[in-house]
Amino acid sequence: MPRFASRWTSCSALRPPGCKTLGVAKIQLRDLCGARSGDKGDISDVSLFADDEAAYEAIRAEVTAARVKAHFGDLVRGDVLRYEAHNVWALKFVMHGALGGGAPRSLRSDNLGKTHGASLLRMWVDVPDEVAANARRRHAPLPG
Amino acid sequence: MTVRLGGGQGFYGDGVAPVADLLDAGVDYLVCEALAELTLAILQKDRQRDESLGFTRDLPLYLQAALPFVLDGRTRFITNAGGINPIAAGRAVKATAAALGVSGLKVATVVGDDVRPRASALGLPDDALFANAYLGARPIVDALDAGAHIVITGRVADAALFLAPLVHELGWRWDDWDRLAAGVVVGHLLECSGQVTGGNYSGAWWENPAPARIAFPIAEVEEDGTAVITKPSTAGGMVTFDTVREQLLYEVHDPSRYLSPDVVADFTSLTLHDLGDDRVRVSGTRGAPAPETYKGLVCTPAGWAGEARLAYSWPDAEAKARAALRFVRTRAEANGVPIEEWHEEYFGVNAYGGPTVGDHPGCEPPEVVGRLAWRTNDPESAGRVAREIGVLGLSGPPTISGMGRGGAGRPTQLLSVEPFLVDRTLVDAQVRVEVDEL
Repeated sequence: MPRFASRWTSCSALRPPGCKTLGVAKIQLRDLCGARSGDKGDISDVSLFADDEAAYEAIRAEVTAARVKAHFGDLVRGDVLRYEAHNVWALKFVMHGALGGGAPRSLRSDNLGKTHGASLLRMWVDVPDEVAANARRRHAPLPG
Repeated sequence: MTVRLGGGQGFYGDGVAPVADLLDAGVDYLVCEALAELTLAILQKDRQRDESLGFTRDLPLYLQAALPFVLDGRTRFITNAGGINPIAAGRAVKATAAALGVSGLKVATVVGDDVRPRASALGLPDDALFANAYLGARPIVDALDAGAHIVITGRVADAALFLAPLVHELGWRWDDWDRLAAGVVVGHLLECSGQVTGGNYSGAWWENPAPARIAFPIAEVEEDGTAVITKPSTAGGMVTFDTVREQLLYEVHDPSRYLSPDVVADFTSLTLHDLGDDRVRVSGTRGAPAPETYKGLVCTPAGWAGEARLAYSWPDAEAKARAALRFVRTRAEANGVPIEEWHEEYFGVNAYGGPTVGDHPGCEPPEVVGRLAWRTNDPESAGRVAREIGVLGLSGPPTISGMGRGGAGRPTQLLSVEPFLVDRTLVDAQVRVEVDEL
């Protein structure tokens, strides 16, 4: 079965231009990680999950708080803090001023930030070749 | 000794059917968590209309499912469904039980989380719709120690609902920080019902077995705090390392210092071990002394809002949707409607991803839905914008569709919810546990 069994052109198939560095692969986080997000007041709370130790070390090096802040642009008005949970191979991003004033005050349709985890997965990162080769996150088939 | 806890509810409006599977599988305690941050605002509006309301009105449904098992002595029932009015919820419980001809039950009600009457003394806004502190597990333990079969609370820390029966059954001390932290982890994993059994799973979610019949979770907790998270085998869903860790970190901020009223838990200290067959063991949790203060939430009015969604077809769907929203904004402003804030979103383009989507998201979408939302200081102004929407039907860009039935809905009130900290002794002085026997 082809990797992208879909009617749609996968965003992950549209590799960004750039020179290949020996031993380093570009990969979109959606192929490497899981993510879940939630809210507390005007704070969006995003968790990013790697599937093994090597992938965890790779995202720990690449997915910094500053990069996440830049990635979300004007969706996140305040600071982004990062925490590490090595025991479950996860990074936590606490994004302040990220929900348009908080769920019951926000004009956004995603007033709870439930999609912010998915939006983080759009980020492209440089990882060792073997980490990219072992990426296990799959794409969903259409329900039959 | 092993204590079996069932997570029977994750929010006001959650499924009720999975509770039957939990009860059939056997749980010593059925714990129903009904209060998201926002829920008290909904319940406050209920109580303003009717003093006998202010609790989550699906409480009788959960109670009816649980009562036969409570009466048999097989389970006890703990819930924060009391919301803004635990006394009224207690009365509703007694009425439900009486209607079913039940007697011999002890029903406990925990009150004292409501600090709105003391808002000004605490430096909180005078126009607060609600102001509540998150209580810990102690008053619930007091209720269980007094023999309560059913415990109804208002605002308590979600995980405390689950920690309390563990303290009561396993005799944990209030300074045994590691065990208390282990109990908080168990509570945190169970408090969102299906979100630990395959719901919202970001991995291969399509492989979740029988998703429409998803199970709610069970924790089997040992005296030392070690727990196995599992589910009734009769229902669908799944419990794996992945589903458990996604819930473990959900909304916790700093995972090494998860603050609860009873303990500060270090979620980075524990080990998850997937045992297979929908069983994941949680062990090794470390804890630190509880904070000096309780966290609270205060809610105040924050204006009014309206919104409209307008769908346009290919070709040039995004351009049409953008032009339509411009059309409405221009007409509303020309008519002098006082708008505090506009918000535009384009579904099919970047409504959710915003700048993360980039400038070249891919092929031209077959359709785009434009969503315009607006904030005003009064409901009348919010309603005046809605009247500009219908004109688009014949006088805007081509191919408008998907306006739905009823057009733009009625204006809704916006609310501001802010956290605050409050001295524990001030709150503890007003906490009471009332036990009534039916």
